[in-house]
Amino acid sequence: MDPRLHIIDKRLQDIKRIIAVSGGKGGTGKSSVASVLALALAKEGYRTGLLDLDFGGPSAHVILGVEGLFPEEDKGLIPPDASGIRFMSIIYFTGDNPAPLRGKEISNAIIELLAVTLWGELDFLIIDMPPGMADTALDVIRLIKRMEFILVTTPSKLATEVTKRELAILQELRLPVLGLIENMLTGQRAGTAAKVAGDRTAFLGSIDFDSTLEHAIGDVDKLLQTGFAKQLSLCHPFK
Amino acid sequence: MHEWALAESVITAVVDEIRLNNIRKVTKVDVKVGELQQIDIEIFRFALENVMKAYELVLDSDAVRIEIEKNILRCEVCGKTWSFDDASCRPGEDEAEAIHFIPEIAHVYIRCPECSSPDFEIVKGRGVWIEAIEGEH
Ligand SMILES: Nc1ncnc2c1ncn2[C@@H]1O[C@H](COP(=O)(O)OP(=O)(O)O)[C@@H](O)[C@H]1O
Ligand SMILES: [Mg+2]
Ligand SMILES: [Zn+2]
Repeated sequence: MDPRLHIIDKRLQDIKRIIAVSGGKGGTGKSSVASVLALALAKEGYRTGLLDLDFGGPSAHVILGVEGLFPEEDKGLIPPDASGIRFMSIIYFTGDNPAPLRGKEISNAIIELLAVTLWGELDFLIIDMPPGMADTALDVIRLIKRMEFILVTTPSKLATEVTKRELAILQELRLPVLGLIENMLTGQRAGTAAKVAGDRTAFLGSIDFDSTLEHAIGDVDKLLQTGFAKQLSLCHPFK
Repeated sequence: MHEWALAESVITAVVDEIRLNNIRKVTKVDVKVGELQQIDIEIFRFALENVMKAYELVLDSDAVRIEIEKNILRCEVCGKTWSFDDASCRPGEDEAEAIHFIPEIAHVYIRCPECSSPDFEIVKGRGVWIEAIEGEH
């Protein structure tokens, strides 16, 4: 028997809400939303953690400009503080190297991380989810039982189609979906995501394509000044 | 010292098993520790004993058996099998430390000694595993 599976609930027990930022397609802004949301919540005084579970393409550390940090070892691993966020990522162990893992091994590594990470008391744990609804995402859903989902999509037909499917799966699994955020709006297709949300889930709002975001990556203060951050603060459900 | 976290997972599993199967007295817990994770057995055993106390779990002193499991890696590309311990392909100290925390990190720092592929399977001896829990009802 795998003893690690028996301790995961306990490791997460002092966290009030666990928010998974997900969405069918890659590149829709999940990591950006997860990271900036965590920053904003921490700034508002909430005890906030951020867990990057996209082992195939970890990004949150780049967005937050995390460098030279490592968890403290004390009867487990204590996530270090990154700009007021307790931040955990595979990058502490891989460095800048790629991690060529098969699906089963990604899940195994995620189990290990969940079993040894000591989050302590948190108001929010934000999870940057692996893209799609393949084995890794399904394993994460099985392992972390109290997740509430925010889906991020772009207005593109391709992204909204995939998001619609993901929403259907999540609802079939009876998982709470807080709603849908439409990201990178450029005007011409406004309303596509709202239609997908329909009466299936809440439409949380739109975020415009923000050309200043790229230059703010890695700089937390600049990030919080972007239109992206301002619009996100209007549409996230924890106001 | 993250051995404590793993020891705690073992004890939690034992406590869960006791509850699930109405075990009155646990007589044997067989723990396998995979070589790849390079657990410090002394610390691990010490942690087990302390966590047990914290969980008010009383076991005979020889009930918990810890066995180190040899590690076997097998290349998915060329089929070569080898071990983490083979001197010729053992990673450096920092790399070994990262593997200690998450054994799958082996794929980042270890390559097949035959064909250099990072695509290998950890067949045996990965990490902490409970082989058996036995008890009296
Ligand atoms: N509203 C936006 N305006 C401009 N660029 C954006 C916006 N949202 C995300 N991006 C950029 O799009 C790219 C993909 O975003 P990312 O958060 O990594 O997506 P995902 O995690 O879904 O793959 C990044 O370069 C990010 O900076
Ligand atoms: Mg991402
Ligand atoms: Zn090979």
